[in-house]
Amino acid sequence: MIPGAFEYHRPGSVDEAVTLLTQHGDEGRVVAGGHSLIPMMKLRLAVPTHLIDLGSVADLKDIKAVGPVIEIGAMTTQHDLIASDLLAGACPILREVALTIADPQVRYCGTVGGNVANGDPGNDMPAVMQCLDASFLLRGPKGDRQVTARAFYEAAYFTARADDEILTSISIPAPATGHGYAYEKLKRKVGDYAIAAAAVVLTMEGGTCKNAAVALTNVGDTPIYVEAAGTSLVGTPVDDGVIAKAVAAAKAAAQPAADMRGPKEYRAHAAGVMVDRAIKRALARAKG
Amino acid sequence: MNKTAVKMTVNGQAVEGKAEPRLLLIHFLRDELGLTGPHVGCETSHCGACTVDLDGKSVKSCTVFAVQAEGANITTVEGMANADGSLSALQEGFMQEHGLQCGYCTPGMIMRAHRLLQENPNPSEAEIRMGIAGNLCRCTGYQNIVKAVRYAADKLNGQREAAE
Repeated sequence: MIPGAFEYHRPGSVDEAVTLLTQHGDEGRVVAGGHSLIPMMKLRLAVPTHLIDLGSVADLKDIKAVGPVIEIGAMTTQHDLIASDLLAGACPILREVALTIADPQVRYCGTVGGNVANGDPGNDMPAVMQCLDASFLLRGPKGDRQVTARAFYEAAYFTARADDEILTSISIPAPATGHGYAYEKLKRKVGDYAIAAAAVVLTMEGGTCKNAAVALTNVGDTPIYVEAAGTSLVGTPVDDGVIAKAVAAAKAAAQPAADMRGPKEYRAHAAGVMVDRAIKRALARAKG
Repeated sequence: MNKTAVKMTVNGQAVEGKAEPRLLLIHFLRDELGLTGPHVGCETSHCGACTVDLDGKSVKSCTVFAVQAEGANITTVEGMANADGSLSALQEGFMQEHGLQCGYCTPGMIMRAHRLLQENPNPSEAEIRMGIAGNLCRCTGYQNIVKAVRYAADKLNGQREAAE
């Protein structure tokens, strides 16, 4: 379990990191928390010959509210998300999700940027970012550009990020005050990836659903934003009949593979159950 | 691949060694520094036997390169005893509550519990169980491990109250 040899770089700024990445092309990889990449390197499934460590780039670790938008630096760890008072108030689903990821030691190292950028369909944050309609800021040799989470994921480990770009921050439109939220994750044990998981964020006003978003984790090659599930809830009191429609839409959108977590029929069914639970829990939390 | 000089503080001592970039921290601690308290278990960041405290975080030292720990402040189980050499509250707890059978997971358990108690000095049983969720004990001795952590919490809280 010894990784292949590589040269280690520790740039002090994002621009310096982009320059190194441009110089080394396919041979270079950026490492953030390292808890996806280093295990892959130990298995020699990843063999970068230049490792560019973002550990010394200080300005990537903020969580701040900029007007109606929450900005989270890419190097913010899962532990930081859990500990953030700002997020506990403005966007508590992130804490709920982070607590389902891996285990305490891994959460001290694993970053939100790595979780959304590496394109592993098992990662939990991508679907949540789609649910929240977040955008990712990418910096490359030609400057910055923004890509929405809903347009970012192309296939397993393939995203809209080019090889010479670095994901530097995540922007989340702050959900309305009093919104309801839930992340339901079915997993075999602590630390495992989901058999199926669902993120739901919704807003109620006078007993009627004003807006709603639903997204799924690990039941396809990418996270799945199920637009039809969200729209089926809007304008309704979110009663059982409507929830059943949203669940049906989510199950129809799920495309799980059969693996050691179960056959595809089971995992699609589990996705439906997670959506059902997540909508009900989000509804119970919503004010209005 | 050339070795580079790596400096860090381990158990309060400034140390310096040479490491190839691909050398994992667990191997640097064990092979370069002779600190064999942190154990090599699963090597896949699941079992937690290699857990050490790094700049106030519990980390699995099998999933960190030594070069990444440049300048870090690290504590291993070797640094856990009190200044006079007596056992720390956690070590005493593992002894008193029979918190180990084979002992392989124990250094990782103690280092993880150490950080847990720094962050939450009075954890419930559920909080202890979730707090050590990244550490596996294959003797399945969790019941007594949880008791050992609780023993240490009670002892440390008692000492804190007596001091006030």
